[in-house]
Amino acid sequence: MFKILKYSFYDLARSRWSYIYFLFYLLLSFVLLFLNNDLSKAIITLMNVVLILVPLIGTIFGVMYYYNSQEFTTLLMAQPIKRQSIFLGQYFGVACSLSISLFFGLGIPFAMYGLFQSAVVLNFIILLVTGVFLTFIFTALAYNIALSNLNKIKGFGYAILLWLFLAVIYDGLFLIALVMFQEYPLDNFSLIGMLLNPIDLARTLIILKLDISALLGYTGAVFKSFFDTNKGFIISFLMLIIWVLLPVLRIYLVSKKKDF
Amino acid sequence: MVVVQDLHKNFKKNLVLQGLNLNIEIGKTTAILGPNGSGKTTLIKIILGMVIPSKGEVKFNDINIKNNWIYRKEIDYLPQIADFPSNIKVIELINMIKDLRNKPAKDQELIKYFNLGKYLNTNLGNLSGGYKQKVNLLLTFMFDSPFIILDEPTSGLDPISLIKLKDYIKKEQQKGKTIIITSHVMNFVEEIANHIIFILDGKVYFDGSLKNLKTQTNNDDFEHAIANILRDNNV
Amino acid sequence: MTTLNHFLILLLALFFCHSVNAKTLNICVTGCSYNSIQKAVDEAESGDTLIIKKGVYKEFDITIYKKSLYISGEKGTIIDVDNKGYGFRVEATDITLKNITIKNILMSYTKEYAALFLFKSYDFVLENIKIEGAFFGILIQKSKDGKILNNIISGEGTTEANTGNAIHLWHSERIVIQNNKVQKMRDGIYIEFGNFCIINNNVSKNNLRYGLHFMFSNDNVYTNNMFNNNGAGVAVMFSKKIKMINNTFKKNWGPTSYGLLLKEINDAEIKNNLFEDNTIGINVDGTNRINYTENTFYNNGYAVKVLGACYTNIFTHNNFLHNTFDLSYSGALNSNKFEENYWSSYVGYDLDKNGIGDVPYRPVKLYSYLVNRTPEAIVLLRSLFIDIVDFSEKVSPVFTPENLVDNKPLMKKIEW
Repeated sequence: MFKILKYSFYDLARSRWSYIYFLFYLLLSFVLLFLNNDLSKAIITLMNVVLILVPLIGTIFGVMYYYNSQEFTTLLMAQPIKRQSIFLGQYFGVACSLSISLFFGLGIPFAMYGLFQSAVVLNFIILLVTGVFLTFIFTALAYNIALSNLNKIKGFGYAILLWLFLAVIYDGLFLIALVMFQEYPLDNFSLIGMLLNPIDLARTLIILKLDISALLGYTGAVFKSFFDTNKGFIISFLMLIIWVLLPVLRIYLVSKKKDF
Repeated sequence: MVVVQDLHKNFKKNLVLQGLNLNIEIGKTTAILGPNGSGKTTLIKIILGMVIPSKGEVKFNDINIKNNWIYRKEIDYLPQIADFPSNIKVIELINMIKDLRNKPAKDQELIKYFNLGKYLNTNLGNLSGGYKQKVNLLLTFMFDSPFIILDEPTSGLDPISLIKLKDYIKKEQQKGKTIIITSHVMNFVEEIANHIIFILDGKVYFDGSLKNLKTQTNNDDFEHAIANILRDNNV
Repeated sequence: MTTLNHFLILLLALFFCHSVNAKTLNICVTGCSYNSIQKAVDEAESGDTLIIKKGVYKEFDITIYKKSLYISGEKGTIIDVDNKGYGFRVEATDITLKNITIKNILMSYTKEYAALFLFKSYDFVLENIKIEGAFFGILIQKSKDGKILNNIISGEGTTEANTGNAIHLWHSERIVIQNNKVQKMRDGIYIEFGNFCIINNNVSKNNLRYGLHFMFSNDNVYTNNMFNNNGAGVAVMFSKKIKMINNTFKKNWGPTSYGLLLKEINDAEIKNNLFEDNTIGINVDGTNRINYTENTFYNNGYAVKVLGACYTNIFTHNNFLHNTFDLSYSGALNSNKFEENYWSSYVGYDLDKNGIGDVPYRPVKLYSYLVNRTPEAIVLLRSLFIDIVDFSEKVSPVFTPENLVDNKPLMKKIEW
């Protein structure tokens, strides 16, 4: 698997898109920091971008890479390699390459603006870590979609729909449900609703460290115990890990049975 | 060497293989023939473990290939359409496959043989179809495995390269290798193969030597002999 | 007649003797006439001066009853109460206590032990007193016309139950509390039934409950104070005519935390204050006729949260800068008004260049309205969907109170 990972990674590392992605983040961070020398403000703005763009890029890259490397996959399938290794290797290759673009694209400007001497270094690390998690989650989801759809156009369509759903529509339905059932105790419901969407989860995780957590804890005892303690942080993190593991597990299972 | 028993495969409602039995003998060159959509490629892919049969089993050297991948170390496979990742150089692809198989390879010899020397640093996306096929052939033959599967090996090759390919296959035959070929170019098959398996609608319609085929169909011309099988079965 | 004359002469003589004989008593651990403060107090007469030389005095419940004394320590004068009771218990007029460190006051769940307990005392001065390990710091009951200056009071309490207040006034009037530093207590300064008090230039921080707390207290003024990192900055409850000017309310973070809590308040003035990094800048509940002028709200969760039953609260010339929510509002607008404020999230334009935006600003976002109705919706904070919803509401308001607008939003931050 590591050989495949290595080759997928190199393959992407020389692809123009990785550089565009990297340069985009580099530019974005520099502009943000230039306009507003306050690291902590820049992190909040960046959070909004990361939460929307990282999943989108992860989804598109994942689907694109799968379809683009189909012939190559066929070539590998005939080699004495375990078939699950091929897909997991490719998946990790894409996810790692995207993560590295993200990591350096955001990291270099912030480091140059004195991140390590500032108090927000932990917040920034949380932002990066959640960004990496989102990359892994959405690339895995995209791989799942691509594995289950032979038709490229369909696969792309579903992938974009999935992103749209999790990034926007889910929150809309969530909000409608909350408003409709406002007579009932909703604190557990809303926590669970939040945990079930990786984007919401990631956002919460960042907000928890951005000092706005008190605003969340304001709502009631359940929220207070969740957001005001490490409990919320740990649970959110575990959920993110589960969000990576489940799609990866499905890649493993599907690739075991799929015909090529 | 390869024993296929009662092999069935359907892609949803489309029945591709319906109870296929065959036996590929060691040291022989077997041509698997049949019209488009008869299930040749599916059969090969099942042997390679790329497609999973709905029913039945394949044994490679008496070992069931299900959930097994190590047996593929014994096989060199030439896929039908050689479409490689486009932004990677020929030499890199060669090195990569070598690295993946981790086995001594006679790549230098083959580069010379197929005149690929000056294209080694070209991206695969910029190669012509014929050269892609040459790279494909090189990747297949370089490991010198005892079992070779060639799916449409002649596609895209110019006459000179074709001759070179034939010569090469003949050399491999002399080494006693077991070879499976599919092709639509009948005189190529006639020249290379010594055993024919004819598949139609997912079943074996003929399994025997070239001579048998000719006598059985009362036809000295190979192409017509094949056509006869088709006609006899009202296809 | 003669008896009256005699009496007058006697009185005059008494007064004369007294002023002539005013003396200074020195107290030291060893070597002076007194080694006990209580003993010196007992033997002193009104008008006497007591100098407590430096050293550690293990005394408690030092009682001064109806004697006007001037008591001063010097650098290094420490009274260690050793968790046995009060520091001083005073019931006297015209009394001064200065330059003393008092330590380790007894903690109790039933009695309010204080380092300095003043009861029915008038014209007192408490100055430069340092209280460490206080249960209550300075506890003043039924007293008038006192000054509490330059004191430093700190506790070590961990819960509200085992901690008292640093400066606690009860049924007292005309007290000046100035230049004190109080921290790690329950309330920094607590005033119950206290009128006409002036609270100026104090620092109240890290207290478990409130930095400053008014209950049933009218006509008080607090100015130039710093309230930092308390359970809640300042709570003003059931009081009238309070002036709050030039104070800083900072970092009062926490699920139930505010910079300033107003409950059942009438006729107050809130001016030139800074509210920064609070969960809620000002929490307004049942207040009437309050002017909020020239305050800056920076980086709070909610700048202002209005809960209802409020009339004629006027917000003008305030800066609302980068708060998560500028305003949360329940109930009808009533006669409350928001006008000529600067809102950092205002994106309108000013074509006629008069410094006032040509498009009204709506400080209540749809999302803050929803969070008000369904508090759990806060989990969606900063979601893309919420931004979209807020944007569409801005374009065509449907849900947010229609008349809750700043019709003259300022284009530039206000300076004063």
